[in-house]
Amino acid sequence: MSKRAIRFYGPESGQGRGSRRGGDALRGRLAANRLILSIKKMIRRGAIALLLMSQLHANAGEIEVFAAASLTDALREIGATYEQAGGDHVVFNFAASNTLEMQIKAGAPADIFFSADEAKMNDLENAGLIVKDSRKDILSNRLVIIVPGDSPAIFTAASQLADAKFKRIAVGQPVSVPAGIYAKAYLQKIGLWDQIAPRVIPVESVRAALAAVETGNADAGIVYRTDALHSKKVKVAWEVPPSEGPAIAYPAALAQESKNVAEAKKFLDYLGQPASLKTFEKYGFITKG
Amino acid sequence: MTADDAHVVGLTLLTAGLSTLLIFPFGVALAWLLARKNWPGKSLVETVVALPLVMPPVATGLILLNLLGRRGPIGAFLQNEFGTEIVFTWKAVVAAMAVMSFPFLARAARLAFEGVDPRLEQVARTLGARPARVFLTITLPLAGRGLVAGAVWAFARALGEFGATIMVAGNIPERTTVMSVAIYSDIQLGQEGHAYQLLGISAALAFGAIIFSNQFSKWGVTR
Repeated sequence: MSKRAIRFYGPESGQGRGSRRGGDALRGRLAANRLILSIKKMIRRGAIALLLMSQLHANAGEIEVFAAASLTDALREIGATYEQAGGDHVVFNFAASNTLEMQIKAGAPADIFFSADEAKMNDLENAGLIVKDSRKDILSNRLVIIVPGDSPAIFTAASQLADAKFKRIAVGQPVSVPAGIYAKAYLQKIGLWDQIAPRVIPVESVRAALAAVETGNADAGIVYRTDALHSKKVKVAWEVPPSEGPAIAYPAALAQESKNVAEAKKFLDYLGQPASLKTFEKYGFITKG
Repeated sequence: MTADDAHVVGLTLLTAGLSTLLIFPFGVALAWLLARKNWPGKSLVETVVALPLVMPPVATGLILLNLLGRRGPIGAFLQNEFGTEIVFTWKAVVAAMAVMSFPFLARAARLAFEGVDPRLEQVARTLGARPARVFLTITLPLAGRGLVAGAVWAFARALGEFGATIMVAGNIPERTTVMSVAIYSDIQLGQEGHAYQLLGISAALAFGAIIFSNQFSKWGVTR
């Protein structure tokens, strides 16, 4: 049967093209088209429902917070508590800080920017897109050197990373990923970078560095303390002391183009209050007291 | 599956479905023009349509963001004329999906039209059918399976779209968070278990679409 079937596309469309069975095939196809139409009708109904839903959602007096992806859980909890306590509705947009920065530059409707990367905040400040006075560092973090969970390595000094047994060291891309930029700065400061640079595997995000070590594909990695705490499959071999490491801050600020300045400012203040800080700590962040 | 997940899956299906519906008429029309007509600028249009296949999705997203955003030519126009904001709404999700999946539909549809024997159309013409009737009663039904296959491909591509979507629509829970973006979030947060759950649903949907497409292709031929 299939030999006589008429093929209408694909490389073999040249063969079997006759019109002998055109009538049958045509009828089948017409029936098929009716089926598509009825399916489309169903989808269309769904789409209308979606339209209505989205209209209901779009009310004024909302606060749009553009926040680093690593803050998702903590901020959603804080946002919910804020609303329960009678605050305005808070809407979050979570993505990598550099993505958020590009979005705000392109005119995204942000009221607050909460970055995991000071450099991105600085860029926006220089571009006049955030309110300078409103900027504050809410959280901080620390770098740690991690090894796979089954590795016996525990460091007494960071320089042990230079050991030849660490053949692959996963680090966020030291040009674009904040964790990578911080890691390179730290390693340069302690004079280790040149030695281990050939063994550094630059990866796409701090999460990718963590995953590389978790799966044993890297012998060591440099990530944030918060990331290491999340994972049971890695061990912290060395925690960079605050005095030696770079100052890693999570700054937040009001967006210059915000249309709900008063409401946004209220939520920004709320983020720095003890109840919120406690939630951040619960998720492993270090708060700036 | 939590209520949050149900929302994510529902939004993904609706936006992907809407995107496929939106591009279908354009994709079919363009494919027909490419398959059957010669016109100036044809290869240029062909290349532009194929661009989303070769460009990094994030770059496509950035271009869309600049076009559709408040300061972009299209975004500003829609804002001023209709008061509609596209970016960071579900409309931006649909827009990103539509642009990213259009080449899949257009390519499959073009092949489908090229597979229709022009002699059948000529016979219909000699019997007195007008071009529109020839198209509706001969060309379209004969190319139907290919068109549906293209639409299913485009739908599947839309389901998985990530790079352009997160750029132009963001990751706003309960509004623009579609499955691919939710999976990304889970990975960023170290919630692998949940990421795999969503992946499972994603894979099941893809299977469903492919099985549907295959069944559909057999149907009408073997009868």
